[in-house]
Amino acid sequence: MAQLWHRNDLLLMGVFTLAVLAMPLWLAPFGAGYPDLLQKLAIYGIFAIGFNILFGLTGYLSFGHAAFLGVGSYAAVWSFKLFTMNVLPAVLFGTLLAGVFAALIGFISLRRSGIYFSILTLAFAQMSYNLAYSVLTPITNGETGLQLTQSDPRIIDRLYVEATSGLPSTELFGLKMSGYPGFYFCAAILIIAFFFSVRIFNSPFGVKLLAIKSNQTRMGYTGYNTRPYLLVAFVISGMYAGLAGSLLAVTDPLAGAERMQWTASGEVVLMTILGGAGTLIGPLLGAGLIKYFENVFSAYNEAVLHQIFAMLPDWLQSAMVFVVNPFVGEGWHLTLGALFVLIVIFLPGGIMEGIRRLSSLVRRIIARSRRDGLQAA
Amino acid sequence: MDFSDSKLTRRSVLKGATALAGTAAAASPAFFIKNAWAAGQFRNDPGNAKSVTIGFNVPQTGAYADEGADELRAYKLAVQHINGEGDGGLLNTMKPLSLKGNGILGKKLEYVTGDTQTKSDAARASAKRMIEKDGVVMFSGGSSSGVAIAQQSLAQEMGVIFMCGLTHSNDTTGKDKRRYGFRHFFNAYMSGAALGPVLEKEMGKERRAYHLTADYTWGWTQEESIKNTTEKLGWQTVNAVKTPLGAGDFSQYITPVLNSGADVLILNHYGKDMINSLTQAVQFGLRDKQVNGKNFEIVVPLFSRLMAQGAGDNIKGILGSTNWNWSLQDEGSKAFVKSFGAAYGFPPSQAAHTCYVQTVLYANAVEMAGTFFPPEVIKSLEGFEFDGMGNGPTEYRAADHQCFKNVLVVRGKQNPSSQFDLLEVVQEVPRSQVEYDPKIFGGELGPYQA
Repeated sequence: MAQLWHRNDLLLMGVFTLAVLAMPLWLAPFGAGYPDLLQKLAIYGIFAIGFNILFGLTGYLSFGHAAFLGVGSYAAVWSFKLFTMNVLPAVLFGTLLAGVFAALIGFISLRRSGIYFSILTLAFAQMSYNLAYSVLTPITNGETGLQLTQSDPRIIDRLYVEATSGLPSTELFGLKMSGYPGFYFCAAILIIAFFFSVRIFNSPFGVKLLAIKSNQTRMGYTGYNTRPYLLVAFVISGMYAGLAGSLLAVTDPLAGAERMQWTASGEVVLMTILGGAGTLIGPLLGAGLIKYFENVFSAYNEAVLHQIFAMLPDWLQSAMVFVVNPFVGEGWHLTLGALFVLIVIFLPGGIMEGIRRLSSLVRRIIARSRRDGLQAA
Repeated sequence: MDFSDSKLTRRSVLKGATALAGTAAAASPAFFIKNAWAAGQFRNDPGNAKSVTIGFNVPQTGAYADEGADELRAYKLAVQHINGEGDGGLLNTMKPLSLKGNGILGKKLEYVTGDTQTKSDAARASAKRMIEKDGVVMFSGGSSSGVAIAQQSLAQEMGVIFMCGLTHSNDTTGKDKRRYGFRHFFNAYMSGAALGPVLEKEMGKERRAYHLTADYTWGWTQEESIKNTTEKLGWQTVNAVKTPLGAGDFSQYITPVLNSGADVLILNHYGKDMINSLTQAVQFGLRDKQVNGKNFEIVVPLFSRLMAQGAGDNIKGILGSTNWNWSLQDEGSKAFVKSFGAAYGFPPSQAAHTCYVQTVLYANAVEMAGTFFPPEVIKSLEGFEFDGMGNGPTEYRAADHQCFKNVLVVRGKQNPSSQFDLLEVVQEVPRSQVEYDPKIFGGELGPYQA
């Protein structure tokens, strides 16, 4: 067992765990150290890690992963409504249902590859969205979104406690899942999810998936039936999305159809590509960046900008605010778009490629200066 | 096999850890502030601070973006007036008034903004940022009832008051009402009650109505309310079709109307949806048609001047109801139109009006209560009666946090005198005609202590 674990992987896990748990500390200076955003970072991190297992390893680009996110959310909220406010059954229920759903959609979609696969998944996701939005209104409550109500049965909870006058909140054996406890719960699950993803990347199964990415036909000629491997990867990845969706419901017990919209599916593709597809950490960085932009950057208005540029002379301050203003606030999409274009053109490997290039540059400079130092001596 | 992203050596990890510890030390004071309110206080208690922050969460993108932009203008104006800047606006006409024009309880009022994207998820994320990061004591906004209801239940969970902006669904103060949510705007039931007699007078008792309805809480309740009213008049409902929010193209929904035998089309749409559906209905020639020996009519139960502007000539002669219109001639309306016009160069919409009034009402309630402690503020808002805010004598009903006041029935003007003068007031329906028993919609407000 021991030799399966590279020393580097152990280190990676250790550093990752530390970094995730310390997020409230090191994100605070960036204005991102508040529970809601931290929860979102952890949750969308899980979503992106899961997506990367499919896209990063097999190269199959699914454009419909938001459907599983939505299924996870709805399942979790129904678990809160019907059974108990405890989060464990909700998470389990959400993940499993998303897995079943992924098996169904994967079984059909994986009969094609490339662009046809992408279109099929997109079609299924859009179908799920429209179903949730209108046809299945009794289950999903349509555009308004599925919410908890006073009159929910909550069978298991009712066995132990009387209903209170307010709405109950989600809890883990009495610990309320809002604010920081909610974040640490999501963080713990993110660490476990990441651990599994590292194991998958380093397993023989992961190697087979990579082989499919490099040449599926040759893989077939060597005697492997590739479809079961693909389907398993698809289901695992769908379960990650369902897990993320149920966590969204755990931290905020509400599920809306817009979670299944194609823009949400596109978002996770952006996250993965922005961070670096096929790398372990990349998708997480991408997810963090996008959520940061969406939540913090979008809140900048003119008054905030004036504060930021307060140290400049008045005319320059107004000029800077005038220039920057279209790119913040409701213009945050514009900034994100520009950033995305720049990264795809100059760093096709995403942020991870940028980091790698930077570190090799630093290493070369250090090596050169050492060589120069030796020659001088 | 090793797929990890970079070479990790013991040395680089140690370096990283040192850097991390450094940032941690720098950031820790801010981190521990989160427990500051736990000592018998309440969330985001401003304490001895010199200023206090409130949040404006409006749609800056999506089908209701026009309304959102106008709401934001009104909010900024309200903050100025409460702080004693500008000409004071409605603070000059409001009765009774506790505000002194020096902020709230002597604290300067500041604000943060956010984009709801007309999506419940995004709205709640944005509201949570305001509450958790910016420490707001109250947040406000709206333009979609689904979003307003989602934020209202968040307000209850978090113990921070939410003053609804434009939300017209019966559910907001009906089955989904919350102790921490308040609505000044009127609702679908009132629209139906106000429109009924006018429709009867203009179109008679024998009509066949076809509904196109925005498919979410507001559309559903408005369709239900209008149906109840018209069916009581003796009208038949031929069909009621749900359309997705933000559909853009409504031709597939309008074509079937032509051959349905209906002679009235009721558009339960708002914002850009209404502009698109009405424009297409007119382009399809519905208004030139004769059905069952009667002129084909279109009714838009919830009207606004912003939508009238978007729909252009198509709006002429079409009946609807509205919460407020800038052409009203009472002291409050004139004062508001004057200060809004001076600041932005055009008259305010009804969305702007309701948001402005809500902000002032909250500030006034805090001043009355003498504290920011939400349960006390809520108690001073419940049952509060006031006048001079543009709608005549108004009451915040304690039983469901709904404001009761006169409702306007309006019609698109045939010969507008300016690009803003688009609606004429057909009737100012008195409050007594639109009042109802709060029990008919069910729901529970919930506890004062969150």
